Amino acid sequence: MVTIAIPWFIVLGFAGFTVYALFKPPLRRWVAISIALAVGMYMFFQFFTTTETPAGEYFNEWFQRFNKWAIIISGLTVILAVGNLLKIHILKVKKLQPGWGYSFITLLALFTMSLFGILGIQFQKEGIPWYQWTFRWLWKTFNVALDSSMFALLAFFMASAAYRAFRARNMEASLMLATAIIVMLGRVPVGDYITSAFPTLTSWILMFPNLAAQRGIMMGVALGAIATSLKIILGIERPYLGGAK
Amino acid sequence: MREEEISFRKEYFIGRGGGGELRRMLNRLMGGLLLVSFSSVPAWAKGWQRFPLVDIERINVFVLSVGFIFVLLYFLSRARKGGSLYLRRIAGLDAMEEAIGRATEMGKPIYFINGLDPPHSISTIAAINILGLVARRVAEYEAPLKVPNVDPMTYAVEKETVKEAYIHAGKADAYDPDSVYFIAGTQFAYAAAVSGSLLREKPATNILLGYFYAESLILAESGAATGAIQIAGTDAVTQLPFFVAACDYTLIGEELYAASAYLTRAPLLLGALKAQDVGKILSIATLLMATFFTFLAYAFLPTVQESFKEFFLNLLRTA
Repeated sequence: MVTIAIPWFIVLGFAGFTVYALFKPPLRRWVAISIALAVGMYMFFQFFTTTETPAGEYFNEWFQRFNKWAIIISGLTVILAVGNLLKIHILKVKKLQPGWGYSFITLLALFTMSLFGILGIQFQKEGIPWYQWTFRWLWKTFNVALDSSMFALLAFFMASAAYRAFRARNMEASLMLATAIIVMLGRVPVGDYITSAFPTLTSWILMFPNLAAQRGIMMGVALGAIATSLKIILGIERPYLGGAK
Repeated sequence: MREEEISFRKEYFIGRGGGGELRRMLNRLMGGLLLVSFSSVPAWAKGWQRFPLVDIERINVFVLSVGFIFVLLYFLSRARKGGSLYLRRIAGLDAMEEAIGRATEMGKPIYFINGLDPPHSISTIAAINILGLVARRVAEYEAPLKVPNVDPMTYAVEKETVKEAYIHAGKADAYDPDSVYFIAGTQFAYAAAVSGSLLREKPATNILLGYFYAESLILAESGAATGAIQIAGTDAVTQLPFFVAACDYTLIGEELYAASAYLTRAPLLLGALKAQDVGKILSIATLLMATFFTFLAYAFLPTVQESFKEFFLNLLRTA
């Protein structure tokens, strides 16, 4: 399906770009806004259509198509992103700017992983597992270990943030400190050992005041998301035009 | 639509089990008011149900969405006519100007740090909106701006946004093409690289906006350690406490979406914000009504209690 979509995408892209280039800037803006409005309205109505009837299926076909286009566009942006990464780090190494060593390691990791990744796929059918094995080994030995180390560091960051947040400077901070102590004790066996009230109180705090506040925030977020979507669909807010009026 | 569908809808909206005449009457009354109860399907609704495109399961969401669009359009027309709209103070957004000014005075960079979600996530779109406004102000002050990215698509969009902002500010020459850059596509590689940059470059201001995951505290604590002014904003409920603890100002949930209206004070954007407030009032009113009627039914009419509960749950059901 993707192989069919790519030539179409290129042809339509060039045709669209040519037509777009013929317009003058104010008209160009309106072309972009019209496309955003049409696609946005389609996506809005698509949500309320069924896929169980032939008409519904036909209507939903374009939804699948738009999703595939999004995947293709995101694939193309990876080329831009990697290009930018190479440009910045090669320049840094070339000019021996401060921290060029980190840039060198970044480039080394990028080329090594790309090389073994591409060779692994290339020779997959010919039964040369060496490349794939090396790729997996590098991934597990370096990437997974480094990821885990970063995640583990979170515990120390949490401790330092908690130290700052839980200083009883005023009424609110003291209340938070007291709540934190109850919740922490309620979540560990020693809390239950001191008194069985800690786990009960912890459950109550998490299930009622905490959940109520979270749901309040989530409701506001949902309404904000709808309003922002509508603003973009109706062309009131245009981040895709760099905020142009 | 088929008879089975209608009977299914009846059961779906009214609920199972007996409840007597009063229960049926209440369902008809409430359903008639809000167009979602199918205790008796009127002729026009039968035709509408037969329409082969509509997913009847989501019709309540459609009614509520269209209602919200009308409220939005009303406030937009009011804003266009120049009606006064009150906006409460948001400290985090008020501090934005001061934070940019501070960076300019110190000659140190401003870091705009994105969340992990791609640009089709609504929180990333809101963050990009704010980036456009921040970049325009930064361009006017000619302060250095750095925008590290984790998502290639966000990188491409933000690069254009910042470039456009510099052009609109009349400072196209001051635009540095490398100010928006791609770091890595994975969460902790991004977190490690950004926190390293923060510690080495010691920026004056860090703005963290978007949808964050576990990397939020790593970034915010690294920024706090350098003494920078930190303004964060996210709708990720689980990450909010970390930002509140580590940052100077935090935009909580919907404040992230209100930022562009608040910063520009554009009448149309303010109108949309008001519509959002009305939506919130209606949601609160629905919840209070649901609580009140269900409690009332529980206390005085236990037979209709389930009907009330099901009715309100069905009203807000999304799938």
